[in-house]
Amino acid sequence: MIRFTKVSKHYARGGPALEEVSFNLRRGEFAFLTGPSGAGKSTILKLVYVAERPSAGEVRVDGKSSVTLSRKEIPLLRRRLGVVFQDFRLLDDRTAEQNVAFALEVTGTAESQIGPKVARVLTQVGLASKATALPHELSGGEQQRVAIARALVNDPLVLLADEPTGNLDERSTRGIFQLLRDINASGTAVMMATHDLSLVRETQFRTLEMNRGRMVFDSAADDPGAQG
Amino acid sequence: MKLAFREALRAFNRAPMLSMLSVTTIAFSLFAFGLFGLVALNLRNALQQVEDRVEVRGFISAGTSPEAVSAAVEDVALFPEVGSVKLVTEAQALERARRELREFTDVFEEGLLPASIEVRMKPGLRDPETVRTVAKRLENYDFIDDVRFGEEWVENLYRLRNIATGAGLALGVTFALVAIIIIGSTIRMAVLARSREIAIMRLVGATDGFIRLPFLIEGAIKGTLGGLLALVLSWIAVVVSGRWVLQVQFFETSLILAGILAGAGIGLLGSALSVGRHLKKV
Repeated sequence: MIRFTKVSKHYARGGPALEEVSFNLRRGEFAFLTGPSGAGKSTILKLVYVAERPSAGEVRVDGKSSVTLSRKEIPLLRRRLGVVFQDFRLLDDRTAEQNVAFALEVTGTAESQIGPKVARVLTQVGLASKATALPHELSGGEQQRVAIARALVNDPLVLLADEPTGNLDERSTRGIFQLLRDINASGTAVMMATHDLSLVRETQFRTLEMNRGRMVFDSAADDPGAQG
Repeated sequence: MKLAFREALRAFNRAPMLSMLSVTTIAFSLFAFGLFGLVALNLRNALQQVEDRVEVRGFISAGTSPEAVSAAVEDVALFPEVGSVKLVTEAQALERARRELREFTDVFEEGLLPASIEVRMKPGLRDPETVRTVAKRLENYDFIDDVRFGEEWVENLYRLRNIATGAGLALGVTFALVAIIIIGSTIRMAVLARSREIAIMRLVGATDGFIRLPFLIEGAIKGTLGGLLALVLSWIAVVVSGRWVLQVQFFETSLILAGILAGAGIGLLGSALSVGRHLKKV
């Protein structure tokens, strides 16, 4: 569903960020993206949600190729992806449910459907009781749950999480990680960039390790189903 | 569309200070332009009034036959530069002189003032060159003794008009440019203040058109409000000037509407450019 074929990304300043990265993420799969800061984890995610375009190679997401994707198609592709970040990126002046509803409104969902969908997804992330709270009234973990709810509300094929627990304490980290596993268990693929190795070690999920723009390890490399 | 309006209003609600700043900035830029416009308008009107009085007067020799004169009047009326021709008989000249110069009523006697042909030029053909040509042609009639048109006066008037037009154009363009630049940067500020929101909208898959629409509405509203405020300020300026300095004319309705439309247009254009640039960059 997400396929990188010899993808390189070079920035005008700062040199190469990715060098010939290839991998394939299947539907419903959970994969960690690990490696030190600056290794290229965020760049890979940005290439998936087309905030960046590859300098060489091809990125295919849900059948759409980075080579032929037009600017106009980008919003449509993003509606099938959910993205969460370390800094949550919520709108400060809107309640939790308004933040989630926002993602439906901007994609032109019928008004009658917005309410039920928002309620369902807030329940899924365990925040039904805080629907009318503003972001600053929520803890970091709760804010991240709102962000995840927003990412999930359009029923994405894959949830891309860029250091989702980077700003959270131990307890909230556990909670968010469990939530991501639950989401994956219900069928949504998850790609999670993290440098928290304790999370990586306690599960058997696939691990893609980056270093200086190269993919140095893929735990599924021996598994023929994961490649090609 | 409904959503776009809601988002635009939300922007006002959330940043009332910034919004008011934008509106007042737009208002004052347009006000400066409007004040200048008022000066230009009134100057033009004043010059127009003076210009309307440009006339060439040919004095007729005593004893000329009325037929010859009326033939000449018809003739002159056919000159392409000529707007109207009027024959002033001796009796009319005397009457006018008595009326206009009351103190000297006793002095004027019958036959003292000659009859004359008064020629008014068509609008736009009152420059010294044309006036002189017409005067020359009038002089060619045998029975015209003398032709007067205040040559120096016409030339001065014409020079003044040229200076006023040139300065007016330069100042007008400058003021308009300043207004557009100021308004553009004000709106740019509003866009930057919401760049976070724009980034989130794009992340969840909003199209560029969808993102742009609330900003365009916001820009148009701000521009319209700014235009209205500028109009009120200009009107106050006219009233104050009327009371303390001199009576001036305010804009006509069509110009008022054009001013408000210009405000809305500049707001819309400024927003479109700012958002467009921003969207292209991220």
